[in-house]
Amino acid sequence: MLFFVARRLLYLIPVLVAVSLLTFLIASLLPGDLAYVILGDQATPEKVEALRHDMGLDQPVLWRYVSWLGHILQGDFGRSFRTGQTVLQAVTERLPVSLELMLLAEIMGLAIGVPLAIVCAARSGGAFDRFMTGSAFAMLSVPTFLSAILLIYLFAVELRWLPATGYVPFTEDPTGNLRFFVLPALTLALAEWPGIMRVLRSDMIATLQEDYIALAKAKGLTASRILFVHALKPSSLTLITITGINIGRLIGGAVIVETVFALPGIGRLLVGAIGTRDLIILQGVVLLVAVGFVVMNFIVDLLYAVLDPRIRHGHA
Amino acid sequence: MSEGALLSIEDVSVDLPTPRGNLRAVDRVDLTVGAGRTLGVVGESGCGKTMLSRAVLQLLPKKAKLSGRVMFDGKDLVRLPPEKLRKLRGRSLAVVFQDPMTSLNPVLTIGTQLMETLQEHLELDMAAARQRSVDLLAAVGIPAPEQRLMQYPHQLSGGMRQRVAIAIALSCEPKLLIADEPTTALDVTIQAQILDLLAREQRRRHMAMILITHDLGVVAGRTDEVAVMYAGRVVERAPTPALFKKMRMPYTEALLAAIPKIDAAPHASLPAISGRPPDPTRPLPGCSFAPRCRYADARCQTEKPSLSEAESRDHLYACFHPVETAAEVSA
Repeated sequence: MLFFVARRLLYLIPVLVAVSLLTFLIASLLPGDLAYVILGDQATPEKVEALRHDMGLDQPVLWRYVSWLGHILQGDFGRSFRTGQTVLQAVTERLPVSLELMLLAEIMGLAIGVPLAIVCAARSGGAFDRFMTGSAFAMLSVPTFLSAILLIYLFAVELRWLPATGYVPFTEDPTGNLRFFVLPALTLALAEWPGIMRVLRSDMIATLQEDYIALAKAKGLTASRILFVHALKPSSLTLITITGINIGRLIGGAVIVETVFALPGIGRLLVGAIGTRDLIILQGVVLLVAVGFVVMNFIVDLLYAVLDPRIRHGHA
Repeated sequence: MSEGALLSIEDVSVDLPTPRGNLRAVDRVDLTVGAGRTLGVVGESGCGKTMLSRAVLQLLPKKAKLSGRVMFDGKDLVRLPPEKLRKLRGRSLAVVFQDPMTSLNPVLTIGTQLMETLQEHLELDMAAARQRSVDLLAAVGIPAPEQRLMQYPHQLSGGMRQRVAIAIALSCEPKLLIADEPTTALDVTIQAQILDLLAREQRRRHMAMILITHDLGVVAGRTDEVAVMYAGRVVERAPTPALFKKMRMPYTEALLAAIPKIDAAPHASLPAISGRPPDPTRPLPGCSFAPRCRYADARCQTEKPSLSEAESRDHLYACFHPVETAAEVSA
């Protein structure tokens, strides 16, 4: 197991180098010189030239990448030229919001999708299964901004149970914080459960055809033990994969949901940085998000090994 | 049907809907097994022997239609409520499947898979179930049983896995064990060991056993009675010694002739049964074996012979032209 973890960690290094290089290149290939952006349209060519020299923009791209990477390895991701805030400050301020949103959305999505998938698989082809499969397909095609607005209308405007927009930190007011998060997390969960359900349902149906399930029935085990102990675990590999991808994606914030519900998360930081052409923030955030994604996939790989002893023992 | 039968399969048919039409996998089969007795069910692939065993276990595919009665210990399994059926399965009615590579759950330890049956049916606590699992593994000839409990199926060889499957089947002292081709997926060198293990445990525990196989040599000397199946029907049924002394059905004869003999001349060609079994979705009006039978005549093509007791009360066969010469005893 230790060897397995060490080997997977080694694989991470080239991936992270590639990710950082791509992030840097994309940012430097964007049209418009950073010096012009900073100095505005009143800049004289001499001032621009001086600033380019100060920022090292007159150096070759590869050299700039190496020096950027060197700073990052020392924990210096750069500083916004607009707000003066460092990238790390901006991210640590926003990240808890996005992480909480992601966590709650994933929990809700799984809480809806997993039980439905199990019930559908146990009675596959039945009326409930067909109804839920159809509903999942319909839900997949509802865009997030629409379900967000519908949820706000129902729970905030009509029923007045929950606030429509806003945010308080968890440390200041835990219940208030959670109340602000219910609707945005539910919006995301509504988009996630259909995928979760469809994947787990079809894997479960395949697993239920296995000989070892027939043997489990022949052993006189209860239906719930067969479903939850014998069938769920071997059917969960794809589920873990898509949950990992979902989580990785949401580390970068949910742009639309954060905007609609006015949550100060990473998504809005990114959109803001793009709007103001704040390239330092942009490339720092993109890198952090990409690293988060890669690390999440690493965790998924480890979970495979936890779930399936054959992978753990290197037989797969 | 005899009075003291533990299991009696009465007029059981299994129909499977397929895209090519209805497939009659098991066709009006009657069989009985007395307590502590062994029955061999022999036939080639697709003859319905596995479907028959699944019908007894009530583990048929969802779309399959079953008719007839399966009386086990005084109860009709076909009409038993699911919860009562569940309490019988694993407790008094156990099974060993063909392929131990697929019949054990790959993500659960051997210990979990053994102990869960014990805890479900015998209400043993963890420690007692653990101790009994160790004893069971030792009884089926698995070395270092304590360590095996912590292992996963993929860490064991095929033969060892089948021993585990047998230990699971034996765990609650069942009255009837169905062994569905228990050695087909194993190396030849292991096969005899597993069969001997099954025979030994069957005698020691005085349980009834149905041994399903495609190999007549396997049932010889290991069973009390043999039923030969062809195209979903039982075509010959007799006490094992009687069958091997004088088989009457040409199919049984052909099946025995197809087993390689140790005293045959080197490079002698094996008399395989020519042709294929009939398409089960297109039943023949006459005897199903007629197209491949060297004794068949016009009557065999149009009229189906019934399974009847012709010469002694317990030797039944379905044939108009029974084999007269005594077959040589093999295996």
